[in-house]
Amino acid sequence: MMKPSLWGLKKSPWVYHVALSPCNNCDIEILDVLTPRFDVERFGIKLVGTPRHADALLVTGSINRHVLPRFVELYRQTAKPCVVFAVGSCALSSTMFRDSYNVVGPLDKVMKEIDPNAIVAYVPGCPPKPEAIIAGVVKALKAL
Amino acid sequence: MKSGEKNVVIGYFFISVALVLVLGMATSWVDRKVTALVQARVGPPWYQPVADIAKLLGKEMLVPESARAMGFALAPVIGFAAACMAGAILVGMLITGEEFAGDLMVLVYLLAVPSVALIIGACASGNPLSVVGASREMKMLLAYELPMLIVLVTTVFRAGGDFRITRLVSYQQTEGWMLLSASGAIGFFVALLSVHAKLGLVPFDAPEAEQEIMGGVLAEYSGPALALFRITKMMLLCMLPVLLGVLFLGGFRMRGWGILWSVLKYLGVVVPLVLIRNTNPRLRVDQITRFFWGPMTVLALAGLVLAALGL
Repeated sequence: MMKPSLWGLKKSPWVYHVALSPCNNCDIEILDVLTPRFDVERFGIKLVGTPRHADALLVTGSINRHVLPRFVELYRQTAKPCVVFAVGSCALSSTMFRDSYNVVGPLDKVMKEIDPNAIVAYVPGCPPKPEAIIAGVVKALKAL
Repeated sequence: MKSGEKNVVIGYFFISVALVLVLGMATSWVDRKVTALVQARVGPPWYQPVADIAKLLGKEMLVPESARAMGFALAPVIGFAAACMAGAILVGMLITGEEFAGDLMVLVYLLAVPSVALIIGACASGNPLSVVGASREMKMLLAYELPMLIVLVTTVFRAGGDFRITRLVSYQQTEGWMLLSASGAIGFFVALLSVHAKLGLVPFDAPEAEQEIMGGVLAEYSGPALALFRITKMMLLCMLPVLLGVLFLGGFRMRGWGILWSVLKYLGVVVPLVLIRNTNPRLRVDQITRFFWGPMTVLALAGLVLAALGL
């Protein structure tokens, strides 16, 4: 028997879109996911306007020094339990920006410093297709 | 009051609140499903509102550093308590037929309390966006209550000047639906739009505008407190259409074919609300105020004059 709150979390993950210095391609794909064509409300997924309401943070971009403090604060403002999604190659590995002077590194490295127990899920692609993002969210929720 | 009677009253209270809650959740699902159908998609499964609430109740509740913790934590409880009382009065009355003098006025006051609770909570949260939302909520409360109250006075006037819900229903049983007279039709139109604003649905959702003020009044709320606010909203989403049904559509009879007829009446109020919500863009708060204090108030007053002429 699953706990009701965990069942609820799986059936209604509200997502908050966090753009941490991306090139905007992943963001456009995320917005595509939220259009009526893909209809993610079938899975109870809803875009919310504030991290307080969020259960999943969709993080895009190679994280740089400028946005890191903002992200730390934003993660602390998110009500736990929550899942952090690294959407796109940049968030996964910083790709070709990894040697830049201003990039602090991929999301999982950053997350380890903020909260070692955080749940991080990865959706690869440059940018990932909307189908890939939906598949990633569904798989991550199954693993909870 | 004897202890046996007390138990009966408490029992009715819990039954009414549970009924309003279940109906409200079902209505919010109907709302989301019809919205999905309008946008040519499948929409959420039937248990979606339950999943939302279960999840929110299981999450942690964060209190911001800049918040006044007392007001911040109490506001959702006040709103929920008022919604429960209103549900007990409205539904308990429809089930048992009990009444007391002026219950309609008590109901109107109780239905205004959730908005006030929202304002208290938003102001206590210490978030500037929430405070903007709270000021909008306050202006909207002042805007839509005026035509709504004039319409209520019109219906009460037609039913013989008695502020009791059962009298309104029994008047309509002998004289026909309020909606079918000229003043009643005008009143229904005005009341429908006022109820729409009270529910904060889309053309009138300035206090919660997600795109401009990030959820506005609810921006700092998380976990159980947010769940309470959402439950309150769901209960209002059930009670206000029921109130409209009682005022204009001859009330609800819960026997035999009356049940089917009642469900049809209820959906007949809910579905227009959903369709209005899906076909209109958001108005600015000054446009909302102008709309309700201008055309709507004039229409409501015209309805009152027609009622005085006996139409």
